[in-house]
Amino acid sequence: MEREGSIRIPAGCAIAGIISREGKRFSGDAIRRSMSMMHERSNGLGGGFAGYGIYPEYKDAYALHVFYDNIEAREACEKYLDSRFDIVNLSKIPVKKIRAITGEPLIWRYFVHPLPTRLADSQLDENEFTRRCVFRVNTSIEGAYVFSSGKNMGVFKAVGYPEDVAEFYQIGDYEGCCWTAHGRYPTNTPGWWGGAHPFSLLDMTVVHNGEISSYDANRRFIEMYGYTCTLKTDTEVITYILDYLVRKIGLDFTEASNVIAAPFWSTIASKDEREKQRLTYLRNMFASLLITGPFSILVGFNGGLMMLNDRLKLRSMVMGEKDDFVYFASEEAAIRAVEPAVENLYAPRGGEAVIVLTKGGASHAD
Amino acid sequence: MPIDFLYPKFEVVRNPQRCIACRVCERQCANEVHRFDPALNLMESDESKCVDCHRCVSLCPTRALKIVETDHAFRKNANWSGEIISEIYLQAKSGGVLLSSMGNPAGHPIYWDKLLINASQVTNPSIDPLREPIETKTFLGKKTHDIKRDKNGHLVTETSPQLEISMPVMFSAMSYGSISYNAHECLARAAAELGIYYNTGEGGLHEDFYRYGAHTIVQVASGRFGVHKDYLEAGAAIEIKMGQGAKPGIGGHLPGGKIVGDIAKTRMIPEGSDAISPAPHHDIYSIEDLRQLVYSLKEATGYRKPVIVKIAAVHNVAAIASGIARSGADIIAIDGFRGGTGAAPTRIRDHVGIPIELALASVDDRLREEGIRQDVSLVAGGSVRSSADIVKAIALGADAVYVATAPLLALGCHLCATCFTGKCNWGIATQEPELVKRLNPEIGFLRLVNLLTAWKHEISEMMGGMGINSIEALKGNRLMLRGVGLNEKELQILGVRHAGE
Amino acid sequence: MKRITVNEKWCLGCHLCEYYCAFANSGGEDMAKALKGITIQPRLRIEQAGCISFAVACRHCDTPLCVKSCITGSLSVRDGVVCVDREKCVGCYTCVMVCPYGAVMPSESGAIQKCELCTQRSPGIPACVSGCPNGAIVLENGG
Repeated sequence: MEREGSIRIPAGCAIAGIISREGKRFSGDAIRRSMSMMHERSNGLGGGFAGYGIYPEYKDAYALHVFYDNIEAREACEKYLDSRFDIVNLSKIPVKKIRAITGEPLIWRYFVHPLPTRLADSQLDENEFTRRCVFRVNTSIEGAYVFSSGKNMGVFKAVGYPEDVAEFYQIGDYEGCCWTAHGRYPTNTPGWWGGAHPFSLLDMTVVHNGEISSYDANRRFIEMYGYTCTLKTDTEVITYILDYLVRKIGLDFTEASNVIAAPFWSTIASKDEREKQRLTYLRNMFASLLITGPFSILVGFNGGLMMLNDRLKLRSMVMGEKDDFVYFASEEAAIRAVEPAVENLYAPRGGEAVIVLTKGGASHAD
Repeated sequence: MPIDFLYPKFEVVRNPQRCIACRVCERQCANEVHRFDPALNLMESDESKCVDCHRCVSLCPTRALKIVETDHAFRKNANWSGEIISEIYLQAKSGGVLLSSMGNPAGHPIYWDKLLINASQVTNPSIDPLREPIETKTFLGKKTHDIKRDKNGHLVTETSPQLEISMPVMFSAMSYGSISYNAHECLARAAAELGIYYNTGEGGLHEDFYRYGAHTIVQVASGRFGVHKDYLEAGAAIEIKMGQGAKPGIGGHLPGGKIVGDIAKTRMIPEGSDAISPAPHHDIYSIEDLRQLVYSLKEATGYRKPVIVKIAAVHNVAAIASGIARSGADIIAIDGFRGGTGAAPTRIRDHVGIPIELALASVDDRLREEGIRQDVSLVAGGSVRSSADIVKAIALGADAVYVATAPLLALGCHLCATCFTGKCNWGIATQEPELVKRLNPEIGFLRLVNLLTAWKHEISEMMGGMGINSIEALKGNRLMLRGVGLNEKELQILGVRHAGE
Repeated sequence: MKRITVNEKWCLGCHLCEYYCAFANSGGEDMAKALKGITIQPRLRIEQAGCISFAVACRHCDTPLCVKSCITGSLSVRDGVVCVDREKCVGCYTCVMVCPYGAVMPSESGAIQKCELCTQRSPGIPACVSGCPNGAIVLENGG
């Protein structure tokens, strides 16, 4: 059987997210409980979590989470990282052996700063420099795979049910101001940890439920701009599209949502002249980044969270509020599992982006 | 000379039981095949003049006629076909170049027919176009690599000039002269009705059709016929014709006999003079010269109109297209080797150029590899025959397609491929008034609208089946295609997997 | 008011309208059988000079001279269509002579014949209109 990345594997899923508007940090246990309620939406072939604000002691360093197939891969990768970064801390990511999770790779964590001389030579900004190094590892060091690379945030994922993955990584021991999570139901058995979600690029993470029909149009476009789709998953390409539109082009998240879940032309025609021009411009100029087919996504970034559905709303997604917290999930039950007294339940319409920013957070990923 | 005798290719079969000698066939055949014999009170035929255009067959009120290929044959020979033998007799007699019309009929692979389209099952819902919107509208023109904001932070929404089309199909260039006034009127009115564009070809724009300018692409070819400031201003876009799929590397020749009346006036040349388009543009001997013409035309029209550069699909098409994309063109049109023509040397039509499917795939790939796909839109032409071909072309990477033969068929053309005789019995490729009037634009325009409306429905159905509700999401979406019966190399060039993979 | 109009710009002079007319009024089911070996007597005629041709048929005038001149009352206007009652026609041909368009003519039976817009046949489009290959004969409804 072909490994993930050499073929495209459709998948259905469960997703959830919790964010504190005040930026208060809370244990990852809440998101675990939310996910376990949606057990039936996964099939044990992938689960994962992303937590923001979890590494306050190293908040200015890029936190790299890496899977290694073997020692040789680790040595090669560390040699490469050493040549590009100042590694301020490295360790194995603590895990708890449980029966439900098997076949784990070597899982390491590095807190790094780009070497100033290397960075200057590259003529790139710090983020782009780091992004390129991550791509380099993932595409050219066999057996090494960086699956998390942002500052003060981290992705934890594995092959297994989400609640088991949480236990494996002891998610409850981390405290973050925003969490997203994913349980996977692929139609194939890739059995590769790197293929689990969230997918991340720098501090942007995407969890996604759906199967987009525009995939190859999107992929072939985004690959023009220095992104290499190695996994061939929707989540990967959506992450790159958002990185391109927000970080590289400079659109805000609302504008990016107007590109990837663009309103129908008939809707655009009903808007006032200025809005019509704006929406037409975005849709026309970035036409190849329109995403069709079912998707519901939660996009995490330092400073906030965006929820977005495809423009026909072909995947479920609800949100609710309680006090400082905003909850998102594929099913209302998953919200009530964490907060039975949830208020203002709402199912956002197709193409309607919901953006929640933490206090003091910026709307841009950088 | 007896050697030159060629047995007629076609036989007119007349059912004597059904023929009522109404003589419609006789009146309608410009080739004078049919004749009434008053003494015998019978219709007779001279089949040596028959071109198999079916005008008589179609109009016969009692279905008394059919045309069949003769079973008279040369001795069977897999190498020396009857066609080749006959052509040698013709050339030995005339000393001339063989002429043909319409597209290459030879048996080369038709890649459209070896590509199959995907559909959704289970994991992703198909979309029913009767219940949900399926969007086929798109824009042609340069896209952007960055954005600008005004001092209030609002997006600046000005763009390079764009062509808006309601569906990704346009009528490709056919000059007034090569086809009739009425054929042009059909195309112009249908384009306006459909929200697409038609193309003047290189013969200028008849003054009656300036009112359809908002749906007209005006062409500038090597002969510069009919090109003047008002003409350039009249169209919505300007196309520089560098080449044509049916005859890459050579120019055109409309004989003086056809340069009459309004055609001479529209082309701005004296009546009766041959209209000869040189093989190259004599001000374009290299890519940097092309850039000058592109910008000359943009200057002349205030940078308000996109410029299309049309080339024939030849061996090095990807590199050529890349050069054009860097020369200021907004749109590149590629014409495959099966593209039609009013007249072309037979050997060139049938042996020069490459299939549009391969050319399109390799150009799209190359422009992406170089990161300049956004700088141009791609229009593919050269035998796009149906809505399925269109869907496949878009999925391979085209922004839109050009069609010409299919609309001519809709107007009555029966592909007899003898346009060069100027005696088109269907009133399309002719300038003889009594033949031209056979194409009533009231009927023809509606048939074109019908054809494209039907195609739009079919495109929507196929897109919906794939779960795609916007044509933009189909563009370059090669995962939606699979090859059948293609070898590794062909699959690699097309960038698709084999069916079953 | 129904009437057929002819646009000579699109008339090809193919004469198909005459054959469709003759067949429509023959009562036969197969054109080949109905018209084979006979000289047709259509109710409209193609007039031709040089490259200009057009079909001439009854115009169903508002105040038809033929009706006015008919001595037996066999011609009348029904729903705007000038119709013939063959039983009443005595074959005096006054109508043939007064029609300024030559649209009334004797038939083989002796009574006159003229275009009745195929109202005697199954209702709908006259045979000449549906049979014209170039849209040169058009049925117009209303005033």
